[in-house]
Amino acid sequence: MSEILVLVDHVDGAVRKPTLELLTLARRLGEPSAVFLGSGAEQAKDSLAAYGAEKVYAADDSAFVDFLVAPKAEALAQLVGQASPSAVLIPSSPEGKEVAGRLAIKIESGLITDAVDVVAGDSGPEVTKSVFAGNHTVTTSVTRGTPIITVKPNAVTPEEATGAASVEAFTPSISDAAKTARVVERKERKATGRPELTEAAIVVSGGRGTGGDFGPIEAFADSLGAAVGASRAVVDSGWYPHSYQVGQTGKTVSPQLYVAAGISGAIQHRAGMQTSKTILAVNKDDEAPIFELVDFGVVGDLHKVLPQATEEVTKRKG
Amino acid sequence: MKIVVCVKHVPDAAADRSFDASDHTVDRSGVDGLLSELDEYAVEQALTIAEVGDGEVTVLTIGPEQAGDAVRKALQMGADNGVHVSDEAIPGSDAIATSLVLAKAVEKLDYDIVLCGMASTDGEMGVVPAMLAERLGIAQVTYGSELTVDGSTIRLRRDGDVSSETVEASTPAVVSVTDQTPEARYPSFKGIMAAKKKPVESWSLTDLGVDADQVGLASAWSTVLATQARPPRSKGEIVTDEGDGGVKLVQYLASQKFV
Ligand SMILES: Cc1cc2nc3c(=O)[nH]c(=O)nc-3n(C[C@H](O)[C@H](O)[C@H](O)COP(=O)(O)OP(=O)(O)OC[C@H]3O[C@@H](n4cnc5c(N)ncnc54)[C@H](O)[C@@H]3O)c2cc1C
Ligand SMILES: Nc1ncnc2c1ncn2[C@@H]1O[C@H](COP(=O)(O)O)[C@@H](O)[C@H]1O
Repeated sequence: MSEILVLVDHVDGAVRKPTLELLTLARRLGEPSAVFLGSGAEQAKDSLAAYGAEKVYAADDSAFVDFLVAPKAEALAQLVGQASPSAVLIPSSPEGKEVAGRLAIKIESGLITDAVDVVAGDSGPEVTKSVFAGNHTVTTSVTRGTPIITVKPNAVTPEEATGAASVEAFTPSISDAAKTARVVERKERKATGRPELTEAAIVVSGGRGTGGDFGPIEAFADSLGAAVGASRAVVDSGWYPHSYQVGQTGKTVSPQLYVAAGISGAIQHRAGMQTSKTILAVNKDDEAPIFELVDFGVVGDLHKVLPQATEEVTKRKG
Repeated sequence: MKIVVCVKHVPDAAADRSFDASDHTVDRSGVDGLLSELDEYAVEQALTIAEVGDGEVTVLTIGPEQAGDAVRKALQMGADNGVHVSDEAIPGSDAIATSLVLAKAVEKLDYDIVLCGMASTDGEMGVVPAMLAERLGIAQVTYGSELTVDGSTIRLRRDGDVSSETVEASTPAVVSVTDQTPEARYPSFKGIMAAKKKPVESWSLTDLGVDADQVGLASAWSTVLATQARPPRSKGEIVTDEGDGGVKLVQYLASQKFV
């Protein structure tokens, strides 16, 4: 069966959920092999096996952490040369996309970014993307070389499957040219105890209408076990960190439930949440464009509606 | 310090963007174009660096005739000169071909830093800067939320998913910046007048030594099989809060089994 490479997204060996989604998609196309760059491959092995990875190509080089992007692209290109896979799947983070872009040039292969679905087609993978702020979907395929596809989080529900996950160490040679952008400092983000924004089943987001007080947003999110998101207006005002921004220049989320409170629904915000399954809004302006998208909306003051809703959820959960 | 800033002319995001039914390319007719808002941040950074370091800013775009408007806007903001690459073979080019043409054009120019936006507001791939660095064989310092240039040292803050990194490189480099960097300036009246006299060169593929069959729709390394407009979401139920809005919200959540 044809081999599909999946680049593993991990933090010191802890595999992140999008990788499991990629392994699930890879099984539709062939036999998944995980590519693990950095330290912690042994630790990652079990979860990769549980989602069907037959092999784990593991390479560790300090250049992967000390320098931006280029060393990973070089290692991956060398592995593609060795293994001749029939496709390469990479998580659609900014870094993932940049690795994919450089790889495409190196191995002279077509690249498709931001896939929301991948299926096997007659002549290679058929990839669905969502474009123009989620207003259109496009089906595409690669016509040259080894298809390189970056996949957005939540494209598929990860399905378990047993794989051998036999570890094969490989030693890429990283050129000096790839060691030019040095990471001189790295600050880990503080954990909030809430689910990861792009992975959460429920997201509660606040906009300028919060007036800067995210208390009601966080309390309602916690009552539902949800992640917290924000509009750019909130981030620009310094009320909430940029890593929580939903939209064109923030995160794209596609949860089961998205709650927008005090958010008007600008096109750039929609771009990041329009494909959510169910959408709710609380806004005091009954003409806010966000109401065009919602399954259920409340016209009212979020500072009154959300605390009452939080109390009601807590009461029902007993 | 010589800075080349790459800008793209894009259809207005607020307009109703769609695809050409015959070849699935972006339909540019009937939609106003503008300098990509995300590239304005790159222009702003280029101007700021040039002001401090006594530099020169060249605006570079690839695109049809209308794309000249994007160059003009950047000149009005304060860039010194422009280069507009256009060729009848270019329409339909993918990021791979775009990065090739940009690389050839940049190589013809004198540069220390090539500045890009984080992504184009239409294609939204965010890969051209990385590809450009790969092709030019120079440092890639991208997705900066904060950028400082001190002599030949570039320092940039890159906010990732799990951590925030500080990245350093020496010139020459390809740099891209996000919309977390300072808001772009508006062209002043003086800037608008001055822009009229600033030189803009027009280059074709022949000028760059790029073969027509390396670019364009037919030679793209991926192909669009189908496009579909997303069905509009059906408008749901809207209630007005009369003191029980929160309870009603939760009743809806319960009906959908979220609670
Ligand atoms: C290139 C570019 C990229 C962008 N990227 C993004 C992005 O990634 N994400 C993003 O979000 N935006 C993005 N934007 C900005 C976007 O255009 C909007 O400006 C932004 O989304 C507005 O945020 P908002 O809805 O919170 O604020 P506003 O538009 O000001 O809306 C606030 C809403 O809150 C309501 N409200 C006020 N008080 C209350 C109350 N007490 N109770 C209930 N409702 C209340 C108001 O009726 C209003 O509808 C981008 C813009 C550009 C140009
Ligand atoms: N046609 C173009 N002309 C000039 N610069 C471009 C062009 N396309 C992309 N770029 C640059 O590359 C960046 C990222 O674009 P993209 O990878 O298409 O999202 C943009 O912000 C621009 O700086």
